[in-house]
Amino acid sequence: MIRSKLLTSAIRTLRNIGSRFTERIWRMGAGARLFGLIVVSSGECLRRPRLVVREVYFTGVMSLIIILVSAFFVGMVLGLQGYNTLQTYGSSEAIGVLVALSLVRELGPVITALLFAGRAGTAITAEIGLMKATEQLSAMEMMAVSPIARVLAPRFWAGVIAMPILAALFCMVGVLGGYLVAVPLIGVDAGAFWSQMQASVDWQHDILNGMFKSVVFGVACTIIAIFEGYDAPPTAEGVSRATTRTVVTSSLVVLGLDFILTSFMINI
Amino acid sequence: MERSTIDLWVGIFVALGVAALLGLAMKVGNLTTSNIGATYTVTANFENIGGLKPRAPVKSAGVVVGRVSEIKFDATTFEAVVSLSVDKRYVFPKDTFASIFTAGLLGEQYIGLEAGGDDAKLQNGDKIIKTQDAVVLEKMISQFLYNKAAETPKAPETSGSTSSVVDALGANPLDNTTVNTTINTLDNKGKTDIAQPVAP
Repeated sequence: MIRSKLLTSAIRTLRNIGSRFTERIWRMGAGARLFGLIVVSSGECLRRPRLVVREVYFTGVMSLIIILVSAFFVGMVLGLQGYNTLQTYGSSEAIGVLVALSLVRELGPVITALLFAGRAGTAITAEIGLMKATEQLSAMEMMAVSPIARVLAPRFWAGVIAMPILAALFCMVGVLGGYLVAVPLIGVDAGAFWSQMQASVDWQHDILNGMFKSVVFGVACTIIAIFEGYDAPPTAEGVSRATTRTVVTSSLVVLGLDFILTSFMINI
Repeated sequence: MERSTIDLWVGIFVALGVAALLGLAMKVGNLTTSNIGATYTVTANFENIGGLKPRAPVKSAGVVVGRVSEIKFDATTFEAVVSLSVDKRYVFPKDTFASIFTAGLLGEQYIGLEAGGDDAKLQNGDKIIKTQDAVVLEKMISQFLYNKAAETPKAPETSGSTSSVVDALGANPLDNTTVNTTINTLDNKGKTDIAQPVAP
């Protein structure tokens, strides 16, 4: 009797795991289909660029403060920590190289994407989820207006446009933060700081690759936020869960994608 | 078309982004400094390139005149074939010497070109004949140890190779008397130097 109870509970656990796994696969497929639909129906955005501009304002311009302030602090911390280590080897002038390379290659695109997912991604999910819960999306469909072309596509393109701009600003402000710590505060020579940086940061292999990364992260973060919102159950709880999932999924996807992209870019 | 403040803010945002990208390219990156225009390619064969990488600088008199564009392995001669892209503005004689140097003790490796005296100039696709390989630190150390061991006349026979090397290094070629004579000579020389009157 006891044995059969154990057996049924084991089977139930296994079934749960399996159903969760298939659920994930199903959602991935649905997300990919939505991505395709958005790309196909983005002609509306070209005809009415004002729609995209409005969304760039909400996703990009409104994220400026958090991005710039965190970039400044990240740059300053990098400067302090880098100096602490480099000083041991008597090469504290290389601090500029350290700050610039770590920002441009990794931290700029990745931290921007994580902050973007928290600041703008959640807003997109909550907005679309609530539009769906209050049946605004169905109303649009009733009036023969495609919600994908009118609501989803402008938000998608706005995210893709805003992310590289934010990442470039993050890198630049971070380098300025590192400069502020290294040169006036610690007393590293300003000429050596900039010239060593310029000697080892490559325009194509470092800066353009970093920008490419941030475009990819922009596509990933925005599509996840839009899909979670569009797919959310039309209840208060469903929208809140979808918002949480946006942050968790985007963060994981960004870090995983970063590894894949970096391994392509660095030829060992 | 009706304008709104949103347009203005988005315009500022995009302009800031472009400015940041320009700043990254000009101030942080090396778009301005490494802008080598038209180049010509020459090759050089090395028996050992050490840690030379593609995109390593090619310097002459310390000035960057080009980049390493490609490194291949020649399976017939068992040598490394290094292609150098050199700026068209700089023309080198045919008998230019190419050697692999290291910047600092642990720095990156680069190719140094030392111009020769030939009237004929290097053309696109030419090969630099005179090359010098990278210095491999391990080889140098082992060579030094072998020389040291050969120098010592009566190195005691020991079973282990490590202990013989240690013995060779430990054996002092200067015995006590030689040292004393040298010190005395130097001492006397110093005294005479001081004793000499200084011309007014």
